[in-house]
Amino acid sequence: MLRPRTPEEAVAAVLSYGHGARGAIARGLGRAHGDAAQNAGGTVLDLTGLTRIRAVDAVAGLVVCDAGVGLHRLTQALLPLGWCVPVAPATRHVTVGGAVATDVHGANHPAAGSFSRHVVSLDLLTADGQVHTAVPGMPLFDATTGGLGLTGAILSVTLRLLPVETALMRVDTERATGFDDLLARFTAPCHRHRHTVARVDLLARGAATGRAVLVRADHAPYDALPPRVRRTPLALRPGGLPGGLPGSAGVAALLDGLRSRAGRPGTGRPLPLAAFLHPRDGLLRGHGRRGGFVRYEVAVGDGQEEALRRVVGRIAARGRAAGPGVLKRFGEAGPGLLSFPPAGPGWGFAVDLPASSGGLGRFLDELDEEIAAAGGRVRLAEDARLRPGLVAAMYPGLGEFRELRAALDPGAVFVSDLARRLGL
Amino acid sequence: MKDAFGAPQSLLVLGGTSAIGLATARRLIARRARTVWLAGRPSPALAEAADSLRALGADVRVVPFDALDPESHAERLGKVFTEGDIDLVLLAFGVPGDQARDESDPLAAVRVAQTNYTGAVSAGLVCAQALQAQGHGSLVVLSSVAGERARRADFVYGSSKAGLDAFTQGLGDALYGTGVHVMVVRPGSVRARASARASARAKASGAEGPVSEGPVSEGSASEGPVEAALATTPEAVATAIELGLRRRSETVWVPGALRVVMTAVRHMPRPLFRRLPM
Repeated sequence: MLRPRTPEEAVAAVLSYGHGARGAIARGLGRAHGDAAQNAGGTVLDLTGLTRIRAVDAVAGLVVCDAGVGLHRLTQALLPLGWCVPVAPATRHVTVGGAVATDVHGANHPAAGSFSRHVVSLDLLTADGQVHTAVPGMPLFDATTGGLGLTGAILSVTLRLLPVETALMRVDTERATGFDDLLARFTAPCHRHRHTVARVDLLARGAATGRAVLVRADHAPYDALPPRVRRTPLALRPGGLPGGLPGSAGVAALLDGLRSRAGRPGTGRPLPLAAFLHPRDGLLRGHGRRGGFVRYEVAVGDGQEEALRRVVGRIAARGRAAGPGVLKRFGEAGPGLLSFPPAGPGWGFAVDLPASSGGLGRFLDELDEEIAAAGGRVRLAEDARLRPGLVAAMYPGLGEFRELRAALDPGAVFVSDLARRLGL
Repeated sequence: MKDAFGAPQSLLVLGGTSAIGLATARRLIARRARTVWLAGRPSPALAEAADSLRALGADVRVVPFDALDPESHAERLGKVFTEGDIDLVLLAFGVPGDQARDESDPLAAVRVAQTNYTGAVSAGLVCAQALQAQGHGSLVVLSSVAGERARRADFVYGSSKAGLDAFTQGLGDALYGTGVHVMVVRPGSVRARASARASARAKASGAEGPVSEGPVSEGSASEGPVEAALATTPEAVATAIELGLRRRSETVWVPGALRVVMTAVRHMPRPLFRRLPM
């Protein structure tokens, strides 16, 4: 494990250590559930030492920053200036480099796309020690965004920001009584919200399977603020309960409901930005492989709702989920070859399952088959268990990615446990 | 690379015709294993074993390996690791010996010890080094309940397994924290099919002393009531190995009740132990 503090140190580390027998991989804050940032027997470049926010253009809404800057810190720095990170994953403990390498998406995917759509350019350190600047349209850019760090180590990123008037979200909540109702409400044309996400109650079975709370939100305009917060509209407010709470499935589910404050239907309630955008922060600190949970995150395209219904139904019938499932809508995908959001509009579903429940591996393999048969995919950035034979079917861009990687990095200097396991 | 549930993708079976080794391979192929290396002395039985695994859809390769020739281990086994990562090394070779003959023929006894212990020390260390270099993987060593306390009926075999067991425990401690997982498996007397046992015995008594038949218990001559009750099958051992990999266990008894039984046996006074019908 190496922790370079400057780009020059990172170059030296790749040249001296990366060319060992077991290669190297870049890591950000190390919160992913899968093994994309692990490298058994080899070198891990911890890039959280690269922490400079180099330049902010507060007029045009651009920021140039090192890859190791966390989204949390970026938000802290930018929000007072009236700018916000355009795409927010469910946790803010993600570095900018990690967000690009996994091409994270948020609840606003139909409107905003995934993270890489907002990247103006990025600097990539490749195996030969050179630093390349990639911009949208270049094959290198497409391979690197969502490329899980296998094309090189991202050193810095230029990001286009989203203007906001306040640090609050205006949240509408409604309930869906079952799976069909849920999908119908999701796609109802009368809503024009930027963010939509549903928490699916996986304790409901039978006819109630798919019962969910649907949360829609927009960045609140200044006029919509309650009078008492109008003096400090852009102050970053903490959201929700403190983290690190004990993690039995029931407690987690209960707290998750409390935290999101989404239990009761209502409209126009203000909620701090972080509380809405990052519902998994704090609560799920113990989750992940080491916390004993396996994250299962899949996507299917439009028209494959039946497959999604079967998957959700089977997980609910099994009755072991730790907390609610999360359903999201996907819009058009970005160009990333291994990006998770599917090519066209579709659905994303994620859930945490306790790893200790017997037969889980086999159960998830069966779900994988179901998803693959429907043309869907499993999210590689969170994966630790997918069967290698299914990757090519799930990710049609894999062939092109492999060719590009072979040309760019013939010695396979950048390699991770994920890449070894799945033969990427 | 193993997945989140400890299912290996590639395995190396030392003792390629061992009943337990093959049962384990079959089980793991049904899960995630795609590449299987069978190491053993080239023979029709080894080729047949490879074909039987190929029929299950695995990519099976054979590597010549002789436990009695430790000088060749580094080169032969090292070659396997240069072809790609090995997630699981299963050390499954061993000969049961023939107690009556071994007692009267010291050289035959030495060959049992050399196969079961010396050969395993060299092969185990070679594989442990390679696993350590790749930074992950499991080394599973088939010990035996016979190694836990020497019995009158099979103390030559038992002592060789006792040495192997102690060696493996030490190796596990040495590799702790390197990412490599070492697991000792102590099966009770393994009920292989009668024909397999007979052929194993015929081979074991042959002049060449073939290797890698797995720890087939020769217990029938002396099988007491306790032992018969705690006997097991290759399939049961394979199941226990798979579960042990999932849990990253360090010691696995098959059947599990042996753990309790052997705790009692271990502390039994010798005059009493001598008189037990086992």
